Amino acid sequence: MTSTLEAPERAETTAPETSALMNWLNDGWITTRRNLIKIKRVPDILVFTTLQPIMFVLLFTYVYAGVINIPGSTYTEFIMAGIFAQTVVFGSTYSGSAMAQDLKDGIIDRFRTLPMSPSAVLIGRTNGDLLINATSMIVMMTTGFIVGWRVRSSLLEGLAAVGLLLLFAYALSWVMAFLGMSVRSPEVINNASFLILFPLTFISNAFVPSDTLPGPLRVIAEFNPVSALVLGARQLFGNVPAQAPPETVWTLQNPILTVLIGVAIMLAIFVPLSIRKFEKISTR
Amino acid sequence: MTFIEACGLTKTYTPRGAEPVHALDGLDLVVPQGTVTALLGPNGAGKTTTVKVLTTLIRPDSGTATIDGINVIEHPEQIRPIIGVSGQYAAVDENLTGFENLDMVGRLYHLGAKQSRARATELIKLFDLTEAQNRPVKGFSGGMRRRIDLAGALVTRPRVLFLDEPTTGLDPRSRLGMWDIITTLVGEGTTVLLTTQYLEEADQLADSISVIDDGKVIAKGTSDELKASIGGQRVELSLVSADDSATALEIMTQFGSSEPIVTADGRGLTVNAEDAPEALQRILAEFGSRGIRLFDAGMRRPTLDDVFLRLTGHMASDEDGASVSSSAKIEDRAGKK
Repeated sequence: MTSTLEAPERAETTAPETSALMNWLNDGWITTRRNLIKIKRVPDILVFTTLQPIMFVLLFTYVYAGVINIPGSTYTEFIMAGIFAQTVVFGSTYSGSAMAQDLKDGIIDRFRTLPMSPSAVLIGRTNGDLLINATSMIVMMTTGFIVGWRVRSSLLEGLAAVGLLLLFAYALSWVMAFLGMSVRSPEVINNASFLILFPLTFISNAFVPSDTLPGPLRVIAEFNPVSALVLGARQLFGNVPAQAPPETVWTLQNPILTVLIGVAIMLAIFVPLSIRKFEKISTR
Repeated sequence: MTFIEACGLTKTYTPRGAEPVHALDGLDLVVPQGTVTALLGPNGAGKTTTVKVLTTLIRPDSGTATIDGINVIEHPEQIRPIIGVSGQYAAVDENLTGFENLDMVGRLYHLGAKQSRARATELIKLFDLTEAQNRPVKGFSGGMRRRIDLAGALVTRPRVLFLDEPTTGLDPRSRLGMWDIITTLVGEGTTVLLTTQYLEEADQLADSISVIDDGKVIAKGTSDELKASIGGQRVELSLVSADDSATALEIMTQFGSSEPIVTADGRGLTVNAEDAPEALQRILAEFGSRGIRLFDAGMRRPTLDDVFLRLTGHMASDEDGASVSSSAKIEDRAGKK
């Protein structure tokens, strides 16, 4: 115990402007790496993100395909964008419960006393969700291919669809991170997001065409942002049924633009709000 | 030279549907460079809130704080590189190993990858955690967590170290180990602000002690000065029957150096004594000749409760039923005067 404090002084790098950017990238990478290690060590996250999507793809394809008739297409083709959307929307909720858990454990206090970028913990967290969701997408698409789902557009448009889904979920992660820091209880965040997101993904065009829904539900479904996301992805994958009736509301007539606007609004509000919140929170 | 200075800090919390809590109520504090200052006080006195203000975690409602001349409230980003913080609730990532935790902290202090790993390895060795370094912290004992947390505060050379109740909740052996580590750090000349509920801990580790209660400093001095202010040892007796209370009180007043304290049930009596063994012998002899029967008898050193009784008229710990009743008795007695 004689040389405890003979620590290296902090490495002074080159010009301050360059090093500020380098430090920001470094901090974001280090906190992302922390979340990657967590994914590796906590197997239930991996199970949830790989097995559950497989289960959904198989259940919906084989249980409902026989009874739900999609004119001009197959139910498998119709449903896939819906399952993708539902999975990535739920995948974005980890940021909420993880921020609440970090706050509870006190590690936020440790981070906040370090000379690191105040956005780094949030960037690492939302990157973690993005990677979880990207993994889920690969697993789901592979399963989809096996059960007969096909991308009817081009490879480029197919990739754009995946990008749209991941982008929407990424923006939602920032909203969830903010809520996690505000609510401060991982359990409340988990239960509340289930109670809100489950109906939100179901009362949409994800699993059935919205024109089959009864009156009020149909109105909700048409203005539901998840519907725009699902339809946008469906269009890009080339999975919109040939005989689908024309959309009546603007958001569904322009689903991709609607999603991009929604993403921009969520990020513009919740990125600065979350960072400001992070700079004030402490465990007790 | 003054290194940490806090002046008139206030912080009020208003829990939902409850009365506002004045966590800090005009707290002043001065810590000279290269010394160890202990903030001594019971739960809820404002110790952790003080540390949180000084470590940039919360902003006070009013007051000023500087570390090495830098304004803590206005320039938190200049404070963070020079401080090390280890809290009461070990702030470590459960899923990371001990090594990974330290390496992460090193990288967030912007050490290079190689340098950060080398420092983590060095600290693991110094804190005797080599065996556990590659296991997730989840499986660590309380003492090991604290050691990793403290090591995290020492990754770079902090000019000042904040230790918030470093041994609360540790078993006696881990506590002694922690004291050893802190003593070594202190020997190396680090400025340390430590908070504790234990007089003995402040006594062992600190050059000067500030006693805080209800969000302000109510006394400060070296541990010898504080102890002198509350008298020497205590003689503590427990009677078989409360009927003897009055006689016993009279005898103890005669041989003690302070007014005796009686518990609510009238059977427990405590008095200060300059020469406790002699006072105890004399009191026992007198009890014997008067036929007062004893249930228990002994001597003890002053505790935080005694400091608090003396300074505030109330006990430090509320959980302890006996303490509360005896403090109630004190107030009764004070009221009768």
